[in-house]
Amino acid sequence: MQSVLPSLFFYALATMILVSAVVTITRRNAVHSVIWLISTLLGIAGLFLHQHAEFLAAVQVIVYIGGITVLFLFVIMLVNLDEAAKKKQFAGQWKIVVICAGALLAELGFFIFKGAEGFYFAEPAGGSLQPNTQLIALALYRDYLLPFELASLLLLVAMIGAVVLAKKDLK
Amino acid sequence: MLNEYFSSVDLLVLKPAILLTLFAIGVLLTDLMLEPEQKYLNAVMALAGVGFAAYSLGPWPLGLQHQMGMAGADALEAFRGAVIVDSFGIYFMWLFLIAAALSILISIRYLEIEGEHRGEYYAIMLLATVGMMILAIGMDLITLFMGLELMVISIYILTGYLRRDRRSNEAALKYLLLGAFSSGILLYGMSLLYGLSGSTDLRIIASSISQRPAGDPLVLIAVITICGGLFFKIGAVPFHQWLPDAYEGAPHCVTAFMSVGPKAAAFALLIRMFLVPLASVRDVWLPLVIGVAIATMTIGNLAAITQSNVKRMLGYSAISHAGYMLLGIVSGNENGLKGIMIYLMVYAFMNLGAMAVIVAMRRKDIIGDEIDDFAGLVYKSPTAAVLMLIFLLSLAGIPPTAGFIGKYFIFLSLIETGHYGLAVVAVLYVAVSLYYYFQIVTSMFTREATDNVVPALSPGIRLALGVSLAMTLFIGLYPNPIIEVAGNTVASILR
Repeated sequence: MQSVLPSLFFYALATMILVSAVVTITRRNAVHSVIWLISTLLGIAGLFLHQHAEFLAAVQVIVYIGGITVLFLFVIMLVNLDEAAKKKQFAGQWKIVVICAGALLAELGFFIFKGAEGFYFAEPAGGSLQPNTQLIALALYRDYLLPFELASLLLLVAMIGAVVLAKKDLK
Repeated sequence: MLNEYFSSVDLLVLKPAILLTLFAIGVLLTDLMLEPEQKYLNAVMALAGVGFAAYSLGPWPLGLQHQMGMAGADALEAFRGAVIVDSFGIYFMWLFLIAAALSILISIRYLEIEGEHRGEYYAIMLLATVGMMILAIGMDLITLFMGLELMVISIYILTGYLRRDRRSNEAALKYLLLGAFSSGILLYGMSLLYGLSGSTDLRIIASSISQRPAGDPLVLIAVITICGGLFFKIGAVPFHQWLPDAYEGAPHCVTAFMSVGPKAAAFALLIRMFLVPLASVRDVWLPLVIGVAIATMTIGNLAAITQSNVKRMLGYSAISHAGYMLLGIVSGNENGLKGIMIYLMVYAFMNLGAMAVIVAMRRKDIIGDEIDDFAGLVYKSPTAAVLMLIFLLSLAGIPPTAGFIGKYFIFLSLIETGHYGLAVVAVLYVAVSLYYYFQIVTSMFTREATDNVVPALSPGIRLALGVSLAMTLFIGLYPNPIIEVAGNTVASILR
């Protein structure tokens, strides 16, 4: 019954995420970094899809890839890239980095070594595999409809406030 | 099938809030079409919004229920229990609408002098009022928190509304940073309550908290963090440092608004939290509230003595008033809560009245909030001086003004529940407060005027002053109606 295909998908996506993430932080050109970040986020969206979390996958694509990285690109365009490229890319704190990474690796290694007993698993989230898009919709538009609508007012106030306080001269 | 998700009761219950939102957006839109000298029409539109919202509440005090043909029902639930409109909520909604209306009236002239007369001001004020309403009727942690943030973020913006004024900018930044910090603490407590009960509904939280063993550390942390967040919002010691700065730096009319509306809303939230989810752990929070109440009265009253700025002094006096109101929570019986209700309503009129006089003192080159600016006011404008005297007497709690009635019920409840020591302390601090209020009075009546600038009583300020004066004296001389209404209100939450 257990097919080999899901694990294949997982490993392919994991490799894509890890490689892109490493490349993201090692590129000198900030625009290249953002492009690789998009690849990382796409991989994570793929993992969500793999876990039958269709809604999260879609939101990941729309919000993170569509919205936040575009915002990053805007910010990058506003700063002086040539100036930044000349700066030293890493702070040179190698000793601290090695110690932290070593601790993290030891921790991970311990749990991988112990296997499943090392964790207290809650009920597997995807166990019953309900259509989660519908569950989220019910939570947002039925159980928490009022706070959801209030959030829109909150954002409106924040937007008006930003314009009122930051606009140069209204005369 | 649709009814399962959304019903007409939901809409009716939120009608005042929806109307205010619509008018806020309307003000934003019509503002674009107005010439600079017509900007007062924004205020008219905002006032119309407040009026419609008040009309939709129906005849005082329980019109909403009658209107829906549910006269027998004590409370209406909507949005699957996220909000509950009982007489407690309706009382507070009236209070917020009154505060908003009077604040709008005194804003018009002030904003014209400052050259910042724009529609956004009124829109934000109306949206802040929506947030307050949600605080008064919310029964769900997420709803309450959204209402709270809607209110405070609006107030941060209004505090920094005078962009060219350094004091205003500084006050807004301080208020924003400390406010965000305290919201975080409050949210931490709320998340603990959710973790303890698995629900965001206050009533379900109440039943699961009451089943926890006594002295449960998690409950203890939840209570302490929630108290910390709430005490910040009402400006109680030791979370009061933001308040004098924010009051002093904010535009006069915003100080008036924020000293009344948001304060009452924070008290509504505090009463709701203490009486519903945290009712069973009264032993845990009672010593905390007693300590904070004493500290609040002490710092508020003593620090007010040394102030030379009237707005700052009223800020410290607002701190001390929060201390008196906390005493009503300490006694926690019917008279104590009735006292808080009456106190908040009375405070709205007398504090807005006093602030309206300060707003009138604002002239082209005089900020008008130093005690020295009040020197010899009685020779320049006897009306303003006498009005200020009455409002200050009321703030101090001298009969026959309304301030006496609020303090009377709180002190009465303390004696009923055997807190004699607290009652004595509170009365002593009333004597202290007389001293600093009379610093302004002596400045107005006994000193020579230093200039000939007569305070400008614009029609809006006249109306606001008239209403405040009438209510301060009416409630003081004939308190029976408001005592009856407050009694019903308290009955609806103590059930």
